[in-house]
Amino acid sequence: MAFSNEQLERYARHIILKEIGVKGQKKLLNGSVLIIGAGGLGAPAAMYLAAAGVGTIGIVDADVVDLSNLQRQIIHAMKDIDKPKVISAKETMEEMNPDVKVNAIQAFVSSENILELIEPYDFIIDGTDNFPAKFLINDACVMAKKPFSHAGIIRFKGQLMTYVPGQGPCYRCVFHEPPPKNAVPTCKEAGVVGAMGGVIGSLQAMEAIKYLTGVGDLLAGRLMTYDAIKMEFRTIKLPHDTSTCPVCGENPTITELIDYEQAACELK
Amino acid sequence: MNIIVAGVKKEVPENTTVKELIYLENVETPDYVTVSINDEFLMKAQQETTVLREGDNVEFLYFMGGGC
Repeated sequence: MAFSNEQLERYARHIILKEIGVKGQKKLLNGSVLIIGAGGLGAPAAMYLAAAGVGTIGIVDADVVDLSNLQRQIIHAMKDIDKPKVISAKETMEEMNPDVKVNAIQAFVSSENILELIEPYDFIIDGTDNFPAKFLINDACVMAKKPFSHAGIIRFKGQLMTYVPGQGPCYRCVFHEPPPKNAVPTCKEAGVVGAMGGVIGSLQAMEAIKYLTGVGDLLAGRLMTYDAIKMEFRTIKLPHDTSTCPVCGENPTITELIDYEQAACELK
Repeated sequence: MNIIVAGVKKEVPENTTVKELIYLENVETPDYVTVSINDEFLMKAQQETTVLREGDNVEFLYFMGGGC
């Protein structure tokens, strides 16, 4: 595959990087990322991956765009209100970069569809807003041996970690099982600064770009936290021993996907 | 006794348990926090019985579900 003149110009700032270059840009164009959730995290992640020229981007979300989304979900605009988020996201990404093929999937993830959804993709981004989905994505990625980026944001804080099969703990190693309904505040109840999604969602896009190009060290075996009030990033080393994890450990007790029930961060 | 909590040096009374530290540190969701000590996970059931030792490096890992 030879680059067109337009592509050479579009990706000039990547191609000039010794870590990426023409080879790395080809890897991005041949790469695929599935983004689950077209919200606060998924919006900036999707936009940066589309701009970067990731050749195939899948985006999954069941919701439609609401006015209260626009404070942070920058992939959507006023004209998109009441439109399915995945359609709005697809239109924005395709306007940004015609090199990108976007698969828009308007659905909730569940044990029924998750394995089929993740199967065609190289890397998965969890941009969901609820624990049942986060555990479902984790378990499915462990079972299907897919790398993924977990992230969460609330108020002025965010966290992320990357799971790479065989390279450190999974989300369940750290958090075991979803907290009961209402035990931990959601961002609808507690609020979130819109730019938090930009900070953390962009870091998720960065992890996907690094994974696809093979550049640098991924956030595997580490949990990064960001506190915007203190303006402090921390990287916490996670325990290395995953042998007793019920899903990624040596003798897994969770061998089937679980649909936990919990109220998601409501839209309105 | 000096320990490190979330990267910051702290002085706590001798024989402080992990459960007591969770309250001393005003953890917002004390029943739903993962604790690691010296890069090893501590099971929730052991929070009450685990006594901290000089120099322990304690991290609190919080549930953060938002993405919306």
